[in-house]
Amino acid sequence: MSYKAGIYDIIVIGGGHAGCESALASARLGHKTLLLTMNLDSIALMPCNPSIGGTGKGHLVREIDALGGEMAKNIDKTMIQCKMLNTAKGPAVHSLRAQADKLKYQQEMKKTLEKQENLFIKQHEVVSIKLEGSRVKNVITKTGAIFDTSSIIITTGTYLKSRIVIGDVSYDGGPNGLFGANELSESLIEIGVKLLRFKTGTPARVDKRSVDFEKMTIQEGDEKIVPFSFDTENIKIDQVPCYLTYTNEKTHQVIKDNLHLSPLYSGNITGVGPRYCPSIEDKVVRFSDKPKHQIFIEPEGRDTDELYVQGMSSSLPEDVQLKMLRTVEGMENVEIMRSAYAIEYDNIDPLQLWPSLEYKGIDGLFFAGQINGTSGYEEAAAQGLIAGINASLKLKGESPLILDRSQAYIGVLIDDIVTKGTLEPYRMMTSRAEYRLILRQDNADLRLTDIGKDIGLIDDIRYQKFIKKKIMVLEEIERLKNTVLKPDVHLEAFLRGKNSSFSNQGISLYELIKRPEISYFELHDLDKERGNLPKNVTEQVEIQIKYEGYIKKQLNQVEQFKKLEKRKIPENIDYESISGLRLEARQKLGKVRPVSIGHASRISGVSPADISVLLVYMENYSRKESAKNNGD
Amino acid sequence: MNYLEDTIAAISTPVGFSGIGMVRMTGDRSVEIIKKMFRIKSGKNFDSYENRKIIYGHIVDSEGNIVDEVLVSKMLGPNTYTREDVIEISCHGGIIPVKKILELTMINGARIAEPGEFTKRAFLNGRLDLTQAEAVIDIINSKTDRSLQMSVKQLEGRLSKKISEIRDNLLEILAHIEAGIDYPEYDIEEMSHELISKNTKIIKNKIDMLIETSENGRIIREGIKTAIIGKPNVGKSSLLNALLGEERAIVTEIEGTTRDTIEEFINIKGIPLKIIDTAGIRETENLIEKIGITKTKEILSQSDFILLLLDGEKGIDEEDIELLRLVKDKKGLVAINKIDKEQKISKKEVIEKSHMDVVEISILKELGIENLKRMIYDSISNSSIDSDAYEMVSNIRHINLLKESSLALKDGLEGIKAGLPVEMISVDIKNSWDKLGKIIGETITEDIVDEIFSKFCIGK
Repeated sequence: MSYKAGIYDIIVIGGGHAGCESALASARLGHKTLLLTMNLDSIALMPCNPSIGGTGKGHLVREIDALGGEMAKNIDKTMIQCKMLNTAKGPAVHSLRAQADKLKYQQEMKKTLEKQENLFIKQHEVVSIKLEGSRVKNVITKTGAIFDTSSIIITTGTYLKSRIVIGDVSYDGGPNGLFGANELSESLIEIGVKLLRFKTGTPARVDKRSVDFEKMTIQEGDEKIVPFSFDTENIKIDQVPCYLTYTNEKTHQVIKDNLHLSPLYSGNITGVGPRYCPSIEDKVVRFSDKPKHQIFIEPEGRDTDELYVQGMSSSLPEDVQLKMLRTVEGMENVEIMRSAYAIEYDNIDPLQLWPSLEYKGIDGLFFAGQINGTSGYEEAAAQGLIAGINASLKLKGESPLILDRSQAYIGVLIDDIVTKGTLEPYRMMTSRAEYRLILRQDNADLRLTDIGKDIGLIDDIRYQKFIKKKIMVLEEIERLKNTVLKPDVHLEAFLRGKNSSFSNQGISLYELIKRPEISYFELHDLDKERGNLPKNVTEQVEIQIKYEGYIKKQLNQVEQFKKLEKRKIPENIDYESISGLRLEARQKLGKVRPVSIGHASRISGVSPADISVLLVYMENYSRKESAKNNGD
Repeated sequence: MNYLEDTIAAISTPVGFSGIGMVRMTGDRSVEIIKKMFRIKSGKNFDSYENRKIIYGHIVDSEGNIVDEVLVSKMLGPNTYTREDVIEISCHGGIIPVKKILELTMINGARIAEPGEFTKRAFLNGRLDLTQAEAVIDIINSKTDRSLQMSVKQLEGRLSKKISEIRDNLLEILAHIEAGIDYPEYDIEEMSHELISKNTKIIKNKIDMLIETSENGRIIREGIKTAIIGKPNVGKSSLLNALLGEERAIVTEIEGTTRDTIEEFINIKGIPLKIIDTAGIRETENLIEKIGITKTKEILSQSDFILLLLDGEKGIDEEDIELLRLVKDKKGLVAINKIDKEQKISKKEVIEKSHMDVVEISILKELGIENLKRMIYDSISNSSIDSDAYEMVSNIRHINLLKESSLALKDGLEGIKAGLPVEMISVDIKNSWDKLGKIIGETITEDIVDEIFSKFCIGK
């Protein structure tokens, strides 16, 4: 029996990292929001690696924070180790990564959701989505509850028709021993959504008591923790170490001997797996000349003995997994607590989405997270936040928030998937961002806080604090420009010591910091008027000065890029009727329906000649339109 | 990338030896660009001239050398063909001035126009009426197809292959850098700054070689700049006449440049030689004074090929020794004239002093002239002035992209030297790789990601 269970402004289906951000953003923006999840205990579950951040991903978390999302705050509260990666390289690729206490991470997030005004959280499996014309109308749960709404955000992750594969054993089921959602896929197909099937996997969790850390290399966190969130003042915790060990010839032999049992090679798995997350079988086969592969042992939490074996993702049978793990140094007597598995699931072809993450052709239907063909908690959260914001903006009758490739990694991520689609689970990488030097993790707040404020997710207190920082940065740069050092013996001695050139003319502190061999910090003694500024300010000052030349170079590129982004293409353009376009371009453009000329030029299979034709057509079109309007 | 917003230029008269050539520019930077390369005869400021005026003056290169005497039409938008600011430069016909002027517009910030692009802009800016729209699309299509065919033809074979190879080399460096950045904790063989620098230098050299051969390509099209030098009265003018003979091919008169000069072209078995300072050759011939060493140095610095003429009858004096010292190790030949008379010069001594091949002739008796021509031909075709090079890169657009590509690597190398972080170096290398991609029509970022995953074993 079905029954009417209530009316909500926005319904979020799924309580993972995307769903949490969507629901919080929507509720915080004043909409009556319902979060539906199949299991309340798996809210914000981290079914794979126990960490948040990393290269590219750390940038995403900082951006989520600047826009008023939750992930950064939540990991700040629950981390057990933190590390700034890539510090040997330049500031643009510094990336923050924290090991999470998985259970605490979930508990904290659930607490935040439960405290949120306007947000209702219920345990249900959604089996059907109903439309009214081309608008969403309601969702129906397995138990017959009908929730009416005008906006739905689908954030079901890897749960749709998910199938677990371990060697020759396979069964229907979701990640981490949970149930999959078997009916929603059919409903999506019914309303016209095209589905793909992807595959991913996770390594075994092993028992700490059975591991000999003496034989491994310890990997500690940073001495001083840098928080993810602008709001977090500082983090003082006892950090838990990770460990590094290696596979060896024996491990590889076990794998080779049992390769025929791997479903990847026997054909039992047909889904497309990610290249950046290869199973150990894949690594051994594809890189057969490598005598060893790294394995990172990461704790799953402070109060558990479970350890995550990064680098050993596998779908070999359980007995082979054990045999394989026991060849590794330090794991000779290892006990598996949870087996590694591969998982296949339904996801949508993201080319069906607008850059707002709304589904083309159905009003009020949004998709975010792993169901869009991405991978990773951070990628999911970023999309969740944007979908939540855009569903809200739509209800308010405002135009959607679309970040472009020069504004944020989030922009790069969404533009990539909705423009190029993806053939494997999409992971953020810094190499995907053309304007990487501008999109730094250290300036995410400077790039995006104003946007977060405009939307309404950044409160006044935080905004004041942000403006204060911004002014401090500007003033300090100005001061450094205006402070000119006399060419005296002190300066000469300092420069000699730094192997830096000295001349008989005065030089500003600004010019000195520009030199690669001299840092802001080192000028301390020569800089008599230096105030006591916070580290995030001095760091920003130094980066902006030191890399000014390259940053300017990229800003020029961005300017060119923006010109094309600003040339908007009317939504109702009919590519089939443009005879000058080549057939391939017509099809591709018709499928993606780019919002701007810049967007169109990034579609593979669309040539510069096609773009010219499009420009001509648009001009023609707009003249016809204006002629029509004048005639009325 | 740029479809409308930048300034474009093109040669708008048929290329060849027509009387007048025209280079046309359109876009909002047209005026800014012409100002950088135009010296107005009246000495007045460009802005002081009214719209739609024709201004007389000289086009000058970045060093201030005069390239050609021209008339410039100033036509400010919106009442122009494209509705943008349009500048037309009318210059002397012939491929050399027209190409040089086009190049200067590029150097100063214009981009070479795509086929049909002037018309396209005219349309997009509302200059043409609606009924012409379909026609414009057809023009763009047909011209693009044709130019595509042409460039494909040009790209077949060596150039395309070479550029692809160079790009692959760059991609490998990029993949190493990027894998190191995106997977910092994996034991990837990261390229050290030294290794990146070393490999980048090798690649930059390859690009520079292509540019050099392309420049040589242009030399061959325009004539190999040849200097005939020697003491007064040694027979330079006679040699010139002897070489010209019946093959006196082209004489271009360019008035109002540095001073009135006549450029002579000699065709040696299909290789055109352009003789530098022919006026000087003829003038000094009648003077009984010492040669100006400064003047000679200047001529030598402009030349690709040198013919040094010595007087076999008189022997080598101090002036000759000075000349031999100046030409030492340069590309060229030494000709000993008056072989019909008693010789006071040892061929061996000349070779030792000049490191050049030596040929004996008598201009008066017409002895050894054919041999001289053969040796000129051999010397040029065996040297790095490679006549095939012309076929490789001849398109100004390609040469510009190659130069930009090389420049990006130069920036990168400087960055490495200055100790800048690797992700900044990567910007320059990527930029170089992109520019090369534009030559062969490929620039896709996904390539880098693919390369990373195919090369390195990374990921959890």
